[in-house]
Amino acid sequence: MTRVTRLAREAWPWTFLAAFAVWLATITYTGGQGSGAILTAALSFATFSVIVGLGQMLVFTSGPGNVDLSIPATITLAGVVAMKVMDTDNARLLIGIAAALGAAFTVGLANYALIRVLRIPPIIATLSSSFLVLSTAISYGRGIRIKPPPLLADFATARIMGVPLVAIFTVILSIILAQILLRTVYGRSLLATGQNARAAWLSGLDPERTRLITYVASALLAGVAGLCLSGFSGGAALNMGEEFLLASIAVVVIGGTSVAGGKASVPGIWGAALFMYLLVSMLNTFGASAGIRLILTGVIIIAVIVAATRDTGGR
Amino acid sequence: MSDHTSTIRLDGVEKSFGAVRALAGVTLAIAPGECLGLVGHNGAGKSTLMHLLAGTLSPSAGSISIGGETHSGGWTTAAAQTHGVRCVFQELSLCPNLTVAENARVLHASLRGIGWKARASALIMEKLNQIFPKHGIHADDEVADLAIGKRQMVEIARAFTVTEQPLSLVILDEPTSSLDAITAKQLLEHVKRETARGLSIILISHILGEVLSTAHRIVVMKDAKVVADKPGAKFSRDSLVEAMGSEHHTAKIAKAKAAQTAAREMVIETAGKSFHVGKGEIVGLAGLAANGQTAMLMRIFSGRECKVSAPIAFIAGDRQSDGIFNLWSIARNATVRSYGALSKRGLISLSKEAELAETWKEKLAIRTPDMENAILTLSGGNQQKTLFARALSSDAGIILMDDPMRGVDVGTKQEVYGLIHEQAAEGRSFVWYTTEFEELTHCDRVYVFRNGAVTAELLSDDLTEQRVLQASFAEKAA
Repeated sequence: MTRVTRLAREAWPWTFLAAFAVWLATITYTGGQGSGAILTAALSFATFSVIVGLGQMLVFTSGPGNVDLSIPATITLAGVVAMKVMDTDNARLLIGIAAALGAAFTVGLANYALIRVLRIPPIIATLSSSFLVLSTAISYGRGIRIKPPPLLADFATARIMGVPLVAIFTVILSIILAQILLRTVYGRSLLATGQNARAAWLSGLDPERTRLITYVASALLAGVAGLCLSGFSGGAALNMGEEFLLASIAVVVIGGTSVAGGKASVPGIWGAALFMYLLVSMLNTFGASAGIRLILTGVIIIAVIVAATRDTGGR
Repeated sequence: MSDHTSTIRLDGVEKSFGAVRALAGVTLAIAPGECLGLVGHNGAGKSTLMHLLAGTLSPSAGSISIGGETHSGGWTTAAAQTHGVRCVFQELSLCPNLTVAENARVLHASLRGIGWKARASALIMEKLNQIFPKHGIHADDEVADLAIGKRQMVEIARAFTVTEQPLSLVILDEPTSSLDAITAKQLLEHVKRETARGLSIILISHILGEVLSTAHRIVVMKDAKVVADKPGAKFSRDSLVEAMGSEHHTAKIAKAKAAQTAAREMVIETAGKSFHVGKGEIVGLAGLAANGQTAMLMRIFSGRECKVSAPIAFIAGDRQSDGIFNLWSIARNATVRSYGALSKRGLISLSKEAELAETWKEKLAIRTPDMENAILTLSGGNQQKTLFARALSSDAGIILMDDPMRGVDVGTKQEVYGLIHEQAAEGRSFVWYTTEFEELTHCDRVYVFRNGAVTAELLSDDLTEQRVLQASFAEKAA
């Protein structure tokens, strides 16, 4: 098999192609106006989907039935905790970050404990924990919007030649994660566990430890997203995580990560996140209503899943 | 085709998977009431040929005809079904989440309406009783809960059930690989009875004794072609092995002295000391299938109720559920047990990994142009070799083997036996569950199991098939 045909059988090159096609359609419609601005905006917004998508990708990869529905609540909790602890003070930046990530870490542990100790299916476990987490965030934050410290706001909104600093940071994070999947025992254990947990155990790997790390990593990444997002949008809000429930799942699935587990694609998360944002902005440019946008998003996810399972399934 | 006497006929059939040529022009006919034995090395093309007959694969060239009717492209599973062609594949095809009766229904669309479950139960239980008396399987057992040997019995019995279409051809691909000696014999008796009544049967097996005693005609395949096609009586074990093209190792491999057993340092010891394994010892687990041998291996693996003092590697026999990672390449499947040795500062070296895979490709003669190919491009026997490579290339001091020679050809078996003796001499210990008596002769010591308990411990000098069988049916622990 040549390199090109091997590449064409992966999903992620297609996501970039699709994103490019949608961008092209948009700027053709506008006559080339704002082509760069659209890209910058896409990078800014897609980045947040990528951060949580990477976490969801790890969870999906750990095997059929694994999903983290507590991501939106964790984003909110991390945002609220960070803003309150930092209290708009640059000097308290680090302790705020530590507190936010500590809270996220606890959520990850709790999720795993529900799944492992109480044997609750992941979908129920993470959904119910997300109610607890969100209630905590509400009672802790009391609905007051506190501004981020200037340093965090600067980091979250800074650009280098039109490229958001957060996007660069997330690219580096993605590269590290891809290397972890390819070259560490944890990465290989995750891929093996997702395909066949029993065979992984019999090969001397530790599926349970792998799942623990995975749920904690997903929560931590949601925490990072919460931090960046509150810096980006001028503070934490109780609904700030809402849109990331669908987004985190959609970018994982469209990007070519297997819903059945055992196969992950880091570049696919990027392609899918850019594609999703550019698609919405194209529909906006065309003047489509919110209803049409939602319908199209749903249809595209279904189409991608059908296409993906047609390729690998069957036999 | 003018040949109306044959049940089914293949003419110049070819099949390729990408660069791998699985069949290069095969012509074959089976007469009614004939039992055709099919033998050959792993990857010789036997399973591919059977998939073509069953309609699950379609030929790249050539034609298939049945009852004088020619099907070149249109031979599908539905056509095979209506012409009464049934298959028992090497990879068991029962739905694990359904009961035995529900699995029987899958094959018979006519079992519908009120009471279908009772009728399906009656159908499958009657066949099971007929082929395997005293099988101990119930119609409402869930397949996932059955041991692999019993699953194979259900699969075989199901292939022989009839509702609407009469059977014309039944293909058995390694049907006895998970059966113990007694049930295997019952199956072969059934094959003889059915062929006497006019049914055609194709029997694929690596256990040459079975083929020689049962088949009327034997076809030998090698490198995707038929290389010999003669009446069964014209073959002997030696001439068959020769036709397959493997060297015949008649010389017995020198055994380690059983007398050393007492002096060995123990690496496995159960709480009651009723079971122990010494360093460098090869210990066999015998007895009828599913009498606690695999459970013993699991107990050792997880260290329950026994003291284990060396790292363990496991070689699965049920490779689909215990061994293979379907989405991975052959190389990754082979190296998964060796990450410790391949890592430096927490990172796996990809070049060292590829090197290790290549070394074991050579050592075990895994038949593939590229170890980076997907594991599922390999034939069953070569997948099994990959599992051997996984365990033998690791740092484990103890290797547990769960009837691991299923679907492995004679030549490779001999090589693996040699490797096992070589490594045992270097101090590796082997615990080897097997359903084939011949393999027990490679062991220093054998424990015979019955209903989950050890009923006999035999040293290699005292080992006879008779004594193993006696202990397999013993009522009380000796």
